[in-house]
Amino acid sequence: MNNPDQKEYRFTRDSLRKKFRLSEFLSEKIITGVAFLSITIIVLIFFFVFKESLPIFRSEKKAAVKVESIQKQEQYGVDTSVTSNASGQEQYGVTTKDTLMIENQAPERDTVAHGSEQATLKSLVGKQWLPVSDNPRYGLIPLIVGTLKITLIAMLFAAPIAILAALFSASFAPYWLREIIKPAIELLAGFPSVVIGFFALMVMASFFQNIFGYDGRLNAFVGGVAMALAAIPIIFTITEDALTAVPRTYTEASLALGATRWQTALFVTLPAATPGIFAAILLGIGRVFGETMIALMATGNAAMISANPFESVRTLAATIGAEMAEVVFGDTHYSVLFLIGSLLFIFNFSLNAMAEFWVKGKLVKRFQGKQS
Amino acid sequence: MSKRKSLTGGIFIGATALSAFLIIAVIIVLLVVIILGGKGTFSWEFLTAFPTDGMMKGGIFPAIYGTALLVLIMSVAAVPFGTITAIYLTEYASEKSILAQTIRFAVRTLATVPSIIFGLFGLGFFIKFVGGGMDNFFLGGELKWGQPNILWASLTMALLTLPVVIVSVEEAIRTVPRELREASLALGATKWETIKRIVLPGSRAGIMTGTILAVSRGAGEVAPILFTGAAYYLATLPTSLSDQFMNLGYHIYIMATQSANVDQTLPIQFATTMVLLMLTFMLNLTAVIIRARLRRKAK
Repeated sequence: MNNPDQKEYRFTRDSLRKKFRLSEFLSEKIITGVAFLSITIIVLIFFFVFKESLPIFRSEKKAAVKVESIQKQEQYGVDTSVTSNASGQEQYGVTTKDTLMIENQAPERDTVAHGSEQATLKSLVGKQWLPVSDNPRYGLIPLIVGTLKITLIAMLFAAPIAILAALFSASFAPYWLREIIKPAIELLAGFPSVVIGFFALMVMASFFQNIFGYDGRLNAFVGGVAMALAAIPIIFTITEDALTAVPRTYTEASLALGATRWQTALFVTLPAATPGIFAAILLGIGRVFGETMIALMATGNAAMISANPFESVRTLAATIGAEMAEVVFGDTHYSVLFLIGSLLFIFNFSLNAMAEFWVKGKLVKRFQGKQS
Repeated sequence: MSKRKSLTGGIFIGATALSAFLIIAVIIVLLVVIILGGKGTFSWEFLTAFPTDGMMKGGIFPAIYGTALLVLIMSVAAVPFGTITAIYLTEYASEKSILAQTIRFAVRTLATVPSIIFGLFGLGFFIKFVGGGMDNFFLGGELKWGQPNILWASLTMALLTLPVVIVSVEEAIRTVPRELREASLALGATKWETIKRIVLPGSRAGIMTGTILAVSRGAGEVAPILFTGAAYYLATLPTSLSDQFMNLGYHIYIMATQSANVDQTLPIQFATTMVLLMLTFMLNLTAVIIRARLRRKAK
């Protein structure tokens, strides 16, 4: 402290440089590494779900390639035998690279229906889903139609209700009421889907049957309404965020020009928030599309194609949930279920990417006044 | 202003209010119906007894125990990783960097991946790839880890709940005032020391909320564990990580759809649903309250 001899401290470039500390270095590297985990998981999910669905394409390819190259064909032969053998895991991983490449060409081949003896792939575009019969058919069409149908029903209920409710909460409700509505809907988001499914199965199904008087208790309509319950919180929350993000100046200008509150809400706030609402609907669709438990419990699970909302449907996700536990590891049915999983994942990923980049970018631009 | 216009306005506002109240009404009806249906069967006995008579009678203790174990292992995996990711996003990454944006996108994608896909991933990755690999490597092909069990189910669930943790913790870290960080740095503390001594303690409530929300989500999800470890009925509680387990949500699903006597076990189903609903409801309510307090503090 009182040291008269203390040399005047000079700040040189060298003395000001950050000192190397091992703990700092390690903590930064570890934290960055862990942060990569999320990206890794996404990639792994895609890779592994897709990988398990590959044998379908491989078996098709085996037939088609026979003429082209004997050498390769042998490899696939090895491969398929390994798949059915659970202990051959490591070898399986090595050959994936080849199979991935092959996969790229396979879809076109199968839709053209190459006339090969492998009926599996051809039946993928068929209209019958009969995976456990003597002549198994894996037609995805009824499942896709069923999923789309139930998504449509759910969104017809969820989107208007959720958007109107969000508008109420954002534009009209007094503060205290908003403080009740928002947490309540947050709580609805926390209801497990199996609980909603159970409610639909036990209560809603009978209730709607009494009203509409249809035959099958469980059908697309009941499932759709139940799924709307699952989708409403998502659509509501994102729409509400988008509505409250509309700059105050917009509403103030509108009010100053003599518009009433509802006119402002309907003609100024709502249009300004359209991209956000669109994103909300996309994410709501994603939620319904992949919902498993409600579909399993409330839709009746019969794979049929019909336009009647009171017929039973079987969705893609429910098919995986219902059948995966009973299939033999590595057989065609197993691979087809993973293929359905890949489809779901790709669809959901695209929806999310669309909501993320396209819609949000637009929203930001609009509020900054760069676009009309 | 013409009368017709104000009438339209009244109808419009009425419609928005009606929608909001409809949602609230449905929530209340759902809660009331489930509670009324389950109240009669619910008792201390029900919570602490094993199912008896081929699951026709008795309690749901193994399902509660299995669910608790599941969320415990899941939290041990998800909370630290989620917290660290949140720290990276708020403290290390710059907002505009491509890496941070990619991670954010990945987190949001992870949050929207259908839960059944996690189940498939758990089966393909954890059970077949990791578990099967472990069996081959350590046990010479004997089947121990390469089949559904509570460890793989919990890890699968951890992936599902990771975004929940990340989002909550990130939000909490942002409420720690900049001045505190700067004061700490000005006093000579390093970045890591600042994070450890200032940022993390300051965001304890957020980590709490994230954990609670994750637990509530993990306790309620069934699709990811359908084929990664949940069992219909087990006479004993799981004792090792390679055991299967019973689960509340799975119990409801099985009892309501797959059992032979759905009508006879209806009271048990309602009571089980009530237990699960109350559990998740309480957890979420706690999280909502903590979060509301946190947000008020941030303002």
